[in-house]
Amino acid sequence: MSTAASDPEALPATALPEGRAPSEARTRRIGRTEAIALAGLDGTPVVVEASANAGIPGIDIVGLPDAAVSESRKRIRAALHNMGVTIQTLRYTVSLAPGSVRKVGTGFDLAIAVAILEVEGCLDPAAVRGAVFCGELGLDGRVLPFPGVLPTVVSGMRAGFRRFVVPAGCAEEAGMVPGAQIVPAVSLADCAVTLGAKDIRPAPAEAVRPHPVRHAPRPQIHDLSEVQGQDDARFALEVAAAGGHHLLMMGAPGAGKTLIASCLPGILPPLDPPAAVEVMALRSLAGTLTREDTASALPPFETPHHRTTAAAMLGSSRPNMVGVFSRAHRGVLFMDEAPEFSRDVLEALREPVESGWCRVSRAWGSVTLPAEFQLVMAANPCPCGAGLGPDSACRCTPADKRRYRDRLSGPLLDRVDIRLEMLPVTPADVHAPIPRESSEEVARRVVRAREAQAARYADMPWSTNARAPGAWLRRAFAFSAAETRVLDRALETGALSMRGYDRVVRIAASIADLAGTERPGADELGAALLMRTQEG
Amino acid sequence: MSRQSLGSSGEDLAADRLGAAGWRIIARNWRCRHGEIDIVAEEPDGPTVVFVEVRTRSSLRSGHPLESIGARKRRTLRTLAGAWLAEQPQWIPQFRIDVIGIVWPPDGQPELTHLRGLS
Repeated sequence: MSTAASDPEALPATALPEGRAPSEARTRRIGRTEAIALAGLDGTPVVVEASANAGIPGIDIVGLPDAAVSESRKRIRAALHNMGVTIQTLRYTVSLAPGSVRKVGTGFDLAIAVAILEVEGCLDPAAVRGAVFCGELGLDGRVLPFPGVLPTVVSGMRAGFRRFVVPAGCAEEAGMVPGAQIVPAVSLADCAVTLGAKDIRPAPAEAVRPHPVRHAPRPQIHDLSEVQGQDDARFALEVAAAGGHHLLMMGAPGAGKTLIASCLPGILPPLDPPAAVEVMALRSLAGTLTREDTASALPPFETPHHRTTAAAMLGSSRPNMVGVFSRAHRGVLFMDEAPEFSRDVLEALREPVESGWCRVSRAWGSVTLPAEFQLVMAANPCPCGAGLGPDSACRCTPADKRRYRDRLSGPLLDRVDIRLEMLPVTPADVHAPIPRESSEEVARRVVRAREAQAARYADMPWSTNARAPGAWLRRAFAFSAAETRVLDRALETGALSMRGYDRVVRIAASIADLAGTERPGADELGAALLMRTQEG
Repeated sequence: MSRQSLGSSGEDLAADRLGAAGWRIIARNWRCRHGEIDIVAEEPDGPTVVFVEVRTRSSLRSGHPLESIGARKRRTLRTLAGAWLAEQPQWIPQFRIDVIGIVWPPDGQPELTHLRGLS
């Protein structure tokens, strides 16, 4: 360990040849570590270099750091001092290359600190090479969790790295990536010892776990057995789950729209491992990943309030923010009172619904996050919400109602396969003695329907009926004229557009998959037509 | 030793060492309205005039003396150098600003660090 006392640039300096100070010759060593700069889920490998040269003692960080990265100088200084390492009284220049990539967040602390320790000659350079370092440093030298550990490991693997030194509290989430060799670090001293430091004694410390986020509980997921009546809606929900169809429910308040929607995550198939890693990576980036999450394969369920802004939905306020659309990735986005959302939000929905991606370009840069969700919207038939029917107290004019419906614009509704009108629950429904199917039973059928689709679309770029092109389906199923008579009639009279026609075919495919039949026939097409009560 | 006397003995020591190394001391504690230059000297083998700021501390407890040079002091030193140069009748072809940090424990030997060329 070099200390200020043992390594001075002492007078008389002039006794030496011009331009060669004594200590410069001895410390001409560069520390080099690898890190990952995240922009959304995509990470760029960053080489962190540190060098000690003559100058006012201190640490300089160059390479487009943001404020949080620049502040790491102070954390590192304190951490090194508190673990008993005195660095030389020289100017440390830390460079994060490539210098053109923006570096955001506190996760660079560990890589920078290790690079500085390497300059000091405390580490075995061979042990440092090839590993990616990430973690924030506490003033006591402990390695703290930071948002984005999981995406760091995922993009590091993609860039060809295998060994990752991560905060010990995040070892579990980092361990979700198959093939990654995770080295948990409790503290900087602990990390230095694993890298071959001889004269550092790590004080016993406990791993700092990520704080469980204590905001409101996740939206509750209900069981289908709680739903009274509404047999049509139950079936429509099952079909939506089977084929991944977007769903719009129109109905009077109290018809059970919200309850039905909150049953959907419970009947969807569990996330497969790659999808689970994507979902957890987004939660990690958002800083909302809890320990229960890493064990669960339940699809996400997001229920934004209708006053939520477009910036919050897209995640465009600041770098590495995860918007609601992306939080719902591989899960369900439920927009209750859909027409009440601002026009900006409803228009912003179009891109993710169309492409499954959420692209954000702002002054601070641009980021693309995945946002492939199943959209469920609920709407009242009119702004007053008093409902339909002859006895209703609704006093909205037809023009009011029309304006209200028109808030959900055509291009958005184009992507919504199933449109359902729901009537209020009747007393007969409430007292019906028939036991109702639970979510578990329905989920089993949904899983079988998904398996049938996986087999049908094995070589295709899509995997669900909702994403299958209509032309492909029509060709694959080769309907006879007798089977499509009802549809053709609707097309002829203008009750159904060609786009609507294809949508009916998609829904029919899901109905057939649920029933376990090979291809949809006249019955399935007829049933599918009923799930499109409005023209579209 | 008080703060002032520690500082001035540090400056004396630095001037002695520079002189011993063959530097020609041109001025000490040169003042103007911007502040004070501790030492103005000329390098032994060149025409370079060097402005030297001396920082002395009795221990490393509050950091190395060199660390006490902040951005403002750097700016002041540059202004002072300009003011001194402006007063010279002859043309000075080259100049530089150096900082000498001295750690001088009350019961021990002083230890000097000479930083050449403040950036």
